[in-house]
Amino acid sequence: MLQVSIYRYNPETDSAPYMQEFQVDTQGRDLMVLNVMEMLKEQDSSLAYRRSCREGVCGSDGMNMNGKNGLTCVTALSEVVKDNKLVLRPLPGLPVVRDLVVDMSLFYKQYERIQPYLLNDTPAPAIERLQSPEDRDKLDGLYECILCACCSTACPSFWWNPDKFVGPSGLLQAYRFLADSRDTATEERLSELDDPFSVFRCRGIMNCVAVCPKGLNPTRAIGKIRELLLANAT
Amino acid sequence: MVNNITNFSRSGLSDWVLQRVSAVILAVYSVFMVGYLLLHPNLDYTTWSGLFENTAMRVFSLMAFIAIAAHAWIGLWTVATDYMKPTALRLGFQIFVILALFIFLVWGVQVLWGA
Ligand code: SF4
Ligand code: SF4
Ligand code: FES
Repeated sequence: MLQVSIYRYNPETDSAPYMQEFQVDTQGRDLMVLNVMEMLKEQDSSLAYRRSCREGVCGSDGMNMNGKNGLTCVTALSEVVKDNKLVLRPLPGLPVVRDLVVDMSLFYKQYERIQPYLLNDTPAPAIERLQSPEDRDKLDGLYECILCACCSTACPSFWWNPDKFVGPSGLLQAYRFLADSRDTATEERLSELDDPFSVFRCRGIMNCVAVCPKGLNPTRAIGKIRELLLANAT
Repeated sequence: MVNNITNFSRSGLSDWVLQRVSAVILAVYSVFMVGYLLLHPNLDYTTWSGLFENTAMRVFSLMAFIAIAAHAWIGLWTVATDYMKPTALRLGFQIFVILALFIFLVWGVQVLWGA
C-alpha cells in the first residue's frame, strides 16, 4: 500500500489548509502520479486538481511531488516516491484556489508582459514571412515551453517578487521572440527588461532547469538576454 | 519596465556590471593585502604607515572602499527588496545602509589622507 499525503484546502469550508492521508493499492505497478490521483478521486470525489492531456503536452497538471515540481502525468512513482510515501502539494508561491489548483494570474501577467507574439513593422508579404532553416534552428529549446509554471514556481526570486520579476518561463519566451529573425522589435523588448527586477532578479540558482519537464534551459536564455542587453548598452 | 526609486542606477544592467567590476577590484585588493601581510610577518607602524604614504596605495585603497560601498549597496538593496515586505521597514533599512556606507566612506578618506 502506497501512503499518499495530499494538501487539501477549500476556502469555503476550511479555515486553514491541512494534509489528508490516503492509502492506495498500486498492485506493485509503476504508475504515473496522475493515475494515483485518479484512484484517490474515486475514494474522495471532492479532491480538486487540474489535468487534461495526460501526456505532458497541455501543462495543466504541474504540482509539487515530494518536494519537486513536475507534471503528474509524466512522472512515474519510481521517480519520486521515497520510503513508500508520496506527498502532493500545489505549486509553491501562488495563491491556492482549492486543493491542488492554484491561481496562475501572476504567472500569466508576466507572460503577457513580454509580448509573446511576433512584432514586425515591415510590410507583410503576400503569403508569409520566410525564415531560413538556420534562423529557425535558433528557436529550438525555446518554443517548446508549455507554460506549466513548474519552473517559475520553483524559483525563489519569483516567490519573493512575482509581480516584478518576469520569472524563468516568461524570460524563456522573451528570448524566444528576441531570437526570432522575423521579429523587429528587439530594441523595445530590451528596453522593457533593463530594470533591476524583470531580468536581473535571476540569481542563477537553476532550480528552473532542474524541474522543467520539457528539458528546457531558462537560465541559458536569461544569460542570452543579459548578453543582448549588454551589447545594446555598451 | 519596473520602476524603483531607491535603487541609484535604475538599471539592472548597470547594477549587474558594477557588482562584477567591484567584485574584481575587491578580489585584487584582498589578494594584495594578504600577500603584503604574509611578506611582512613582523609588521611595525612605520612600515605600515609608509605603505599608505604612497599615492598609488591611497588611490588603490580608495578604489577598494568605493567598490565595497557600491557592492554592499547593490547586494543589500536586493536583499531588502526580496525579503522586507513592509514598506516602512524596507525604506528604513535602505536609508540606514546608505547613511552607514556614506559615513564609512568619508571616514575611510579621512584615514587615508588625514594623519
Ligand atoms: S536560474 Fe534564475 S530564473 Fe532559474 S530558478 Fe534560478 S533565479 Fe530563478
Ligand atoms: S520552461 Fe519548462 S517548466 Fe517552465 S513553463 Fe515552460 S515547460 Fe514548464
Ligand atoms: S495532463 Fe497535460 S501535461 Fe499533464
